Amino acid sequence: MSNTASSKSTYTPAPGARFTVGDQVVVKAAYPPGHRRTPQYIRRKQGVIERICGAFPNPEELAYGFDGKPYRVLYRVRFYQTHVWESYTGSANDIIEMEIYEHWLEPAGVKT
Amino acid sequence: MSGPAHTTKTSGHADTDHGHDHDHDHEHDHEHDEHKPINEHDDGPPGEYEIMSRAMQELLEQQGVITAEQVAERMELFDEVFPYHGGQVVARAWVDPEFKKRLLADGRAACAEMGAMLEAERLIAVENTPEVHNVIVCTLCSCYPRALLGMPPTWYKSRNYRSRVVFEPRAVLREFGTMLPDSVTVRVHDSNADMRYLVIPMRPQGTDGWSEEKLAAILSRDTLVGVRLPRIPA
Repeated sequence: MSNTASSKSTYTPAPGARFTVGDQVVVKAAYPPGHRRTPQYIRRKQGVIERICGAFPNPEELAYGFDGKPYRVLYRVRFYQTHVWESYTGSANDIIEMEIYEHWLEPAGVKT
Repeated sequence: MSGPAHTTKTSGHADTDHGHDHDHDHEHDHEHDEHKPINEHDDGPPGEYEIMSRAMQELLEQQGVITAEQVAERMELFDEVFPYHGGQVVARAWVDPEFKKRLLADGRAACAEMGAMLEAERLIAVENTPEVHNVIVCTLCSCYPRALLGMPPTWYKSRNYRSRVVFEPRAVLREFGTMLPDSVTVRVHDSNADMRYLVIPMRPQGTDGWSEEKLAAILSRDTLVGVRLPRIPA
């Protein structure tokens, strides 16, 4: 399947988004304590922006009663399973997608 | 879903970050019983928040503020508050290509057309094709489009499903009786943040001319999460 846009955001607009659909990105290798919506298993992994979901209150702030501002741009990022799990046994085309906030992403090829 | 309750499951060793060395029975073929969790692996001590919740309920009962019956009634009410609309929505998408386009473009707005109000839920519909099969999970907790599909089933919330379907989706799907050839790409969606997901299964052969109502009847909850395929009843 192609790694290009499936649809634009139909929700909250995300002006000033750092990444665009098709960009190669790496999830930051950070392990801060607290409420995080970035699963551990996907940190350090490289994927491609599948769509821009919009700008949302930052869940890392909301979780502790703050207002979630500034809002953060949320992306859906597509990863090849064989890039995520060394021992993946399914098809090499299999993929996993999830939502990652902008502050967890770096352009691929840039040291984090 | 949001709130610090997630924290217990994401801090330290995440459920999904474990070593994959336990002896799951996933290679075994067995009769699938949809009322039974695919594997009982949710043993271990209750989490901090579960203990707090239980303690609070016991205190409230001891003080005569609530009764256990009221709690049980309230839990039953959840099923009425969140009825299952998913089958109707997907059946409409099967018969109406324009509706399907709108559903894929903006799930919440399309569901609202059919009277299914998802409130704050942003819904992404993903379509199965001969080349791609979609399956939904929330590895961090159990995010689920309740306003569309009702309360999540126990297996969806189980640690077993949440931890395994992301790294061995084909084995988990086999346990649900869903066999996919390698030529089909398995596309797993981790519903880990603000979006909710709905799978649009492929319409089975032999359903030409069926009414939306008849089509909706073969669109069980499990088919819209992507673990099973709709079948024509024998």
